[in-house]
Amino acid sequence: MTKIDSKIPEGALAEKWSNYKAHQKLVNPANKRRLDIIVVGTGLAGASAAASLGEMGFNVLNFCIQDSPRRAHSIAAQGGINAAKNYQNDGDSVYRLFYDTIKGGDYRAREANVYRLAEVSNAIIDQCVAQGVPFARDYGGTLDNRSFGGAQVSRTFYARGQTGQQLLLGAYSALSRQVHTGSVKLYTRYEMLDLVVIEGRARGIIARNLVTGQIERFAAHAVVIGTGGYGNAYFLSTNAMGSNGSAAIQCYRKGAYFANPCFAQIHPTCIPVHGDKQSKLTLMSESLRNDGRIWVPKKLEDAQALQAGTKKANDIPDEDRDFYLERRYPAFGNLVPRDVASRAAKERCDAGFGVNNTGLAVFLDFKYAIERLGEDVVRARYGNLFDMYEEITDENPYHTPMMIFPAIHYTMGGIWVDYELQTSIPGLFAIGEANFSDHGANRLGASALMQGLADGYFVLPYTIQNYLSDQIQVPRFSTERPEFVEAEKAIKEKIAKLKAIDGKHSVDSIHKKLGHIMWEYVGMGRTKESLQRAIKEIQALKEDFWTNVRIPGDVTDLNIELEKALRLEDFIEVGLLMAYDGLNRNESCGGHFREEYQTPEGEALRDDEHYSYVSCWKYAGESSAPELIKEDLNYQFVKVQTRNYKS
Amino acid sequence: MEKNINVKLKIWRQRGPKAKGEFKTYEMKDIPTDTSFLETMDILNEELISRGEEPIVFDHDCREGICGMCSLYINGHPHGPATGATTCQMYMRRFADGETITVEPWRSAGFPVIRDLMVDRSAYDKIMQAGGYTSVNTGAPQDANAILIPKDVADEAMDAAACIGCGACVAACKNGSAMLFVSAKVSQLNLLPQGKPEAAKRAKAMLAKMDELGFGNCTNTRACEAECPKCVSISHIARLNRHFIGAKLKD
Repeated sequence: MTKIDSKIPEGALAEKWSNYKAHQKLVNPANKRRLDIIVVGTGLAGASAAASLGEMGFNVLNFCIQDSPRRAHSIAAQGGINAAKNYQNDGDSVYRLFYDTIKGGDYRAREANVYRLAEVSNAIIDQCVAQGVPFARDYGGTLDNRSFGGAQVSRTFYARGQTGQQLLLGAYSALSRQVHTGSVKLYTRYEMLDLVVIEGRARGIIARNLVTGQIERFAAHAVVIGTGGYGNAYFLSTNAMGSNGSAAIQCYRKGAYFANPCFAQIHPTCIPVHGDKQSKLTLMSESLRNDGRIWVPKKLEDAQALQAGTKKANDIPDEDRDFYLERRYPAFGNLVPRDVASRAAKERCDAGFGVNNTGLAVFLDFKYAIERLGEDVVRARYGNLFDMYEEITDENPYHTPMMIFPAIHYTMGGIWVDYELQTSIPGLFAIGEANFSDHGANRLGASALMQGLADGYFVLPYTIQNYLSDQIQVPRFSTERPEFVEAEKAIKEKIAKLKAIDGKHSVDSIHKKLGHIMWEYVGMGRTKESLQRAIKEIQALKEDFWTNVRIPGDVTDLNIELEKALRLEDFIEVGLLMAYDGLNRNESCGGHFREEYQTPEGEALRDDEHYSYVSCWKYAGESSAPELIKEDLNYQFVKVQTRNYKS
Repeated sequence: MEKNINVKLKIWRQRGPKAKGEFKTYEMKDIPTDTSFLETMDILNEELISRGEEPIVFDHDCREGICGMCSLYINGHPHGPATGATTCQMYMRRFADGETITVEPWRSAGFPVIRDLMVDRSAYDKIMQAGGYTSVNTGAPQDANAILIPKDVADEAMDAAACIGCGACVAACKNGSAMLFVSAKVSQLNLLPQGKPEAAKRAKAMLAKMDELGFGNCTNTRACEAECPKCVSISHIARLNRHFIGAKLKD
């Protein structure tokens, strides 16, 4: 039986991180120059880590698949970033941010990690302001805040509807400065294809130059994965087209545990699906729930008339509107956490009250906010989001309510890491969305940006030193070592095999099939039967992929179909892992809703006695089911209880 | 309301930076008008793949107008006919049934073609590396509210910071100038107290790098402002010029 050591420091909750920092081992400046660190990914986590490690004097190699670090998908985060500043004097504190995050995650996150996250949250805001991030301000010149789901305080800092963009550009600026000084070397349009492990430690990567098609080898003393989540396993998601889970799966295949894969976040406010040609889903920021009210008709005949197009939203009088979130959750109303809001929308749509011609949408209405605040105030707050909505749907949300529906948005699961953000492979670290650590079974709004930057600026730069301190005598590795040669050979063989299939189906057409299986059977509501069916169908799809995929063109040159095929192969693995994990977890919690396990009111029914653990999946070879290892969560500081957003 | 249209896509194909390119025309039938332009490109690529041909290479990623990756020159306009929107935010309802839509890469000495519609914009990264930052290390700066910034200043900095680094300004400019891009970053940082200590140095360093990389100069035609998907104003260019001249006079 493999034992899991999460390396949580001793002491009281509030002292753990201070104790850790006081006693960890450091690397002196002269030695830092001799140590190489590979950072894969340039999003909030990757860019902030690469910049900070470069500033400290390490020699950093930073990779991204896009043409510039600034394109990473963190850029698309709209709403904001949480911090426990309590600038609004509304009773916020580090403890309350910690508590809200633990509760929001449905008691499936590690207490010590989440407390540390809340603790460093304030430093993130200070750091970003120092970099020149133009956060929204009040007339007096102080920083402004707004509210997000799952909280009763205003702790979210924002830069219009483009907070992720501004935070990423801040990290990108810091990174650019280090590239200028020479401490960071950038590799843009490079994609990691495998992890190289030497004598049990992560020592490098194999990457493909996406412009030339050349496969190249890179060695380092440590490897950091900051490559985001795997939501695109569903084909349609709010992720960018290039977002993928491949680096995580490569690490998994080399022995890193994959934790809680079934915890995927379905965001309640996305623009509904139209037609079968759609390539992605667009998110409407959660901040809209500050002022928008969500409703469906009370009467079934009104819903049917809306679906048939014989009635419009504005034809339904107020008394015939069912503001179901306000009805079911009076204390939090429209600002319940994402998983709760998504399930409530699904419940209404399943019952036949959905709107849109598909019946798969609910209204998000600003009529009341415009009456209360005036159109100008609403425009100042959400203008860019309204414009975006109108461009996509051809409807003016100032006059008719928006239509929204849940969509895959974020993955709480990811590579397993200990308190030091180190994976089960020594020398391999995972940060940001790529790891599993802080959000439990559901992430609160405005917490992803917080976690990515916490990991990159304030956690990893400390904890990685504890590992590197005994690596200072280790010379740079030659990439001619057999481990590199073998890894490169295996990749070249895989690519040749893919090319040789020369089948009839495009990568995207197979990816769409995977997405359909995932959404139908591993989606918002899951059952034992649906998950078993998913496993069978995904296994069949894997066969389909390896028999029928077609990759035109030269695979030793720039080849976008090859890039997609390699990612799809890994998404198939992710899909299987998600289904295995969902099948194992016989309870409902956060984003994981097993229909067999719900209360009479339709709320998620957790089983703390049997499932208060992190599921860590260990790769067991191509044709075997993965092995499950459990990390007991063992709550010591917070009383675990049923989440209540009603009173 | 949704309907279907037929269009012809006249698309620039070019094998590599040195290869000779040419237009190829593709007929697209029954495209729903609520399909995005890039989804139409996806449909075309699916057809090409099913015929065993190589797909058209173009940059794209977030498909919600913020990453700055998409870059097409459509019917003579960077990011196509819509104002204040990127290529990925454009829907087929913008085009007429039977229309021929001409699609080209950014054409500028600063952005060489990699293949088909994909260009190399790494020059923008290099300009940023020359000075697009405040020199502050990760650590423990003062409390964020210790620096009071008037709302109008913060708002103007945010207007400039909205730049997505797509390169449309360069593609639109007859001189191939990157002044709008450079001025947006300089303006954002130089407006804020945090950026003031390095204001002069930043303006000089970023402009010098821009010149070195072969971008042209600004002759105030305002094409960049008109085509910018984020409506970044050329008033930032005026500010950049002031800071640059001020810095030079002090030298």
